[in-house]
Amino acid sequence: MKKLKLNITVNGQKHTLKIDPNLRLLDLLRENLHLTGTKEGCGIGECGACTVILDGRAVNSCLILAGQCEGREITTIEGVTPEDGLSPLQQSFLDNGAVQCGFCTPGMILSARALLDHNPTPTEAEIREAISGNLCRCTGYTQIVEAIQAVADGREEQQGSL
Amino acid sequence: MNQNPEIIGTSPKRVDVREKVTGAARYGSDLKMEGMLYAKVKHAEYPHAKILSVKTGRAKKLKGVAAVATAADVPGNPAFGAIIIDNQPIAGDKVRYLGDAVAVVAAETEAIAEKAVSLIKVKYKELPGLFDPRDALKPDAPLIHEDGNLIVHHKTRRGDIEAGFAAADRVIERSYSVQRVDHAYIEPEVVVAYFEPDGTLVVKGSHQSIFNIRSAVSGVMGLPLSKVRIVQASLGGSFGGKDDVMSVLSCRAGILAQQTGRPVMLSNSREDSLIESYKRHPYFMDYKVGVKNDGTITAMEIKMVADGGAYASMTQFVTWRSVVHATGPYRVPHVKTDVYGVYTNNTYTGAFRGFGSPQITFAYESLMDEIAEELGMEPLEFRRINILHDNDITATGQILDHTVSVGQALDVTTSASGWEEKRARFPKENSGRIMKRGIGLACSYRGVALGAEGVDATGATVRIHSDGSVDVATGLVEMGQGLKTIFSQIVAAELGIPIDKIQYRPTDTSLIVDGGPTVASRSTIMGGSAVKKAAIGVRERLFQAVSEKLDVAPEDLIAADEKIMLKNDPSRSVAFLEAIALALETGLNLSCFGWHLSPPIWWDEEAGKGDAYFTYVYACQIAEVEVDPETGKVNVVEVWAAHDVGKAINPDTVRGQIYGGVATAIGYGLLEDVEMVDGVTKTMNMDEYLIPTAMDVGKINAIILENYDKYGPYGAKSIAEPTAELCAPAIANAVYHATGKRIRDLPLNLERIVLGHKLIKKKRRVR
Ligand code: FES
Ligand code: FES
Repeated sequence: MKKLKLNITVNGQKHTLKIDPNLRLLDLLRENLHLTGTKEGCGIGECGACTVILDGRAVNSCLILAGQCEGREITTIEGVTPEDGLSPLQQSFLDNGAVQCGFCTPGMILSARALLDHNPTPTEAEIREAISGNLCRCTGYTQIVEAIQAVADGREEQQGSL
Repeated sequence: MNQNPEIIGTSPKRVDVREKVTGAARYGSDLKMEGMLYAKVKHAEYPHAKILSVKTGRAKKLKGVAAVATAADVPGNPAFGAIIIDNQPIAGDKVRYLGDAVAVVAAETEAIAEKAVSLIKVKYKELPGLFDPRDALKPDAPLIHEDGNLIVHHKTRRGDIEAGFAAADRVIERSYSVQRVDHAYIEPEVVVAYFEPDGTLVVKGSHQSIFNIRSAVSGVMGLPLSKVRIVQASLGGSFGGKDDVMSVLSCRAGILAQQTGRPVMLSNSREDSLIESYKRHPYFMDYKVGVKNDGTITAMEIKMVADGGAYASMTQFVTWRSVVHATGPYRVPHVKTDVYGVYTNNTYTGAFRGFGSPQITFAYESLMDEIAEELGMEPLEFRRINILHDNDITATGQILDHTVSVGQALDVTTSASGWEEKRARFPKENSGRIMKRGIGLACSYRGVALGAEGVDATGATVRIHSDGSVDVATGLVEMGQGLKTIFSQIVAAELGIPIDKIQYRPTDTSLIVDGGPTVASRSTIMGGSAVKKAAIGVRERLFQAVSEKLDVAPEDLIAADEKIMLKNDPSRSVAFLEAIALALETGLNLSCFGWHLSPPIWWDEEAGKGDAYFTYVYACQIAEVEVDPETGKVNVVEVWAAHDVGKAINPDTVRGQIYGGVATAIGYGLLEDVEMVDGVTKTMNMDEYLIPTAMDVGKINAIILENYDKYGPYGAKSIAEPTAELCAPAIANAVYHATGKRIRDLPLNLERIVLGHKLIKKKRRVR
């Protein structure tokens, strides 16, 4: 198979890579760049475990070819984690008991982050809608919604930078 | 004595969550190894067929293929099983469901392995299939296993059933059924298997009950237990679901690792998982109830058939829990219950949060509403007449010698939800509005831990290090339920130290003795008791050292605030660190093992009676729904869930369990169904197998009730499973209240009835 040249920025870092044209963004992140915080739960765009932020929008990385990301910017869970400590959303998930098994957590946090970037004061219904593409089997969503709400309300502000 | 009680009953931050919010936690699929191969499975092509030949030549020749294994390559026993040894990781003589493997492949990449699988040619002689469990015991039914299709028949007998019906003013008969559902943990199953230089087989992965898996792997690989190491990775959800299927994956990968001498990863796609992994048992349930006009239940005769699918798995235990609890939390003087677990050619069924209770709770709690209506009573009034109280006798003849709190659960949920007022108001308002409102309830009792289904014991080790750090190890596993945090809290409480001093050691069969499975909501009450004993044991050694130094009796000391101090004179104390130094100087061992055995219980299988569990928990849930009569869509507007947990060691995790269990039960009630047609799974991924999203779950009010139990650490009992057994019948009863439609089969997919087809799911976001 003919390799494709790809320029992509991931978590602020520029990469130039040679990739298979049928490589999924998810595999690029997990296999080529070893960013394993992005998870795979279904492979067909239904569970949201593979959510990353692509040019400011939350997307399912299992549905996107790496080749479609030429010149674009990706943020993964590794990219939202500050050098020291946790981002407000991460801290809030920790504080509000929003994590059980944790498999959905990276995707949830990125969907929440994309929401708050566009709408810093969402209603509960808007939060629920924003994470409705992220399935969680453990938590019943209650504490996840509370965690996101807490950040939106500024209750988690002091903990770090978004 | 409780040393540092403040931390018990609080919710310190979970000890295992920092790595989960940063994405650093390593789950099974993150465990890449140098030189690792990827495995794929050649699945059966018929649900029931004799295997005539398996041709692997072309697959083996494909470039990049390292090994192809068939049943002939299984080094040890062909099968494993909890009681009946019937589950073959690679099928030899015949296939019994479409999730069976006929061959497994290891190759340099997943794509090559997949290609190789497609080159394997299998010749079968197709056999007639058995897909309806109600046909399994008919004389002409195809035989799935040689010894017949009956896996198990359990019974409960109390009183004189004929006399019970004779004493009744009315006899009411109803039948209910529930569907096959998937655990739908978001992480599909995955293992990595490799051999250590000393010949030990290591299998890391998404394991639940590591010791069960170890014994399966040991048998199938023909290795001693001491040469099999099962290590749990961070587990992406399990809910009872990552046991037998993980044994299967572990054996398959182990065989390939042995053949190639290289690490092998076997990871299921979601499709593989839906086809292969075991499900919750579908049940068909017939109830006949005798009742007096004053509302007193006089007798219950119950017959149920559970679809065990192709392999027995946990069917004996699941159906036993059903036979014990089938009459619900009610006084029933005359009982005759029979439960049959049978083989079919459907996907096999086993443990799933609830374990034989969500099925029966749907039946008996729907039934309670139906009987109440027949008698012209309100559902609450009818239940109050019949519910169990302290010192009542259960259907199995057991006297309940603890606080029986089902009445309390009914009281708090009905008052919190505004029950009486809504029951009266909604029907009046519904006539004038399009969306119909309804409110319904369900209550239950549940035996804690394994019960008389087996010996119940578990162990823990607590070690204090010279620098004051402490670690704890148990054979029970974190699945997201918060076990590591709760066990750490117990150690912190007993040693009087902060929780951040405590490290939870990896869950690895080579580090700790067999403590039984992490099932049956037994971890807090059983594991917690063992951890407490271990912590107390090691503390006694510190006390011994300190008592000599202070010249006091060890009994007069307590550990708190990182000090060992005199109970009556806290000013006389020794710092925790100094106490450690004193103990080490005198050669004391600061590592202690605690072992906890459950109180005595018994079961007489022949007579169908016994003291089935050493204690019980009680609960009530109320669901308020809104139904669109045009489309049949049901919205769960709000849920009130009251659960008696004995003592909430960590209230946040208790609430988390309640929210999660309720959501799972909403899926069970309204959405989920692993559809199988003639043995073929039709719901192949999450676009067809629908689980609740954040928009499907309404507001949930978690209400924690605490009635101290003498058998639990600090009085604590359990929580995980009862949360998932109530909401489906509560919704069914609410839907009836809203619409007058009684639906006796799950899921309550009104779309099917109203529209004649199933719900088309809303498109999810793509990008
Ligand atoms: S793995 Fe991408 S949405 Fe499920
Ligand atoms: S925490 Fe387990 S899937 Fe969300």
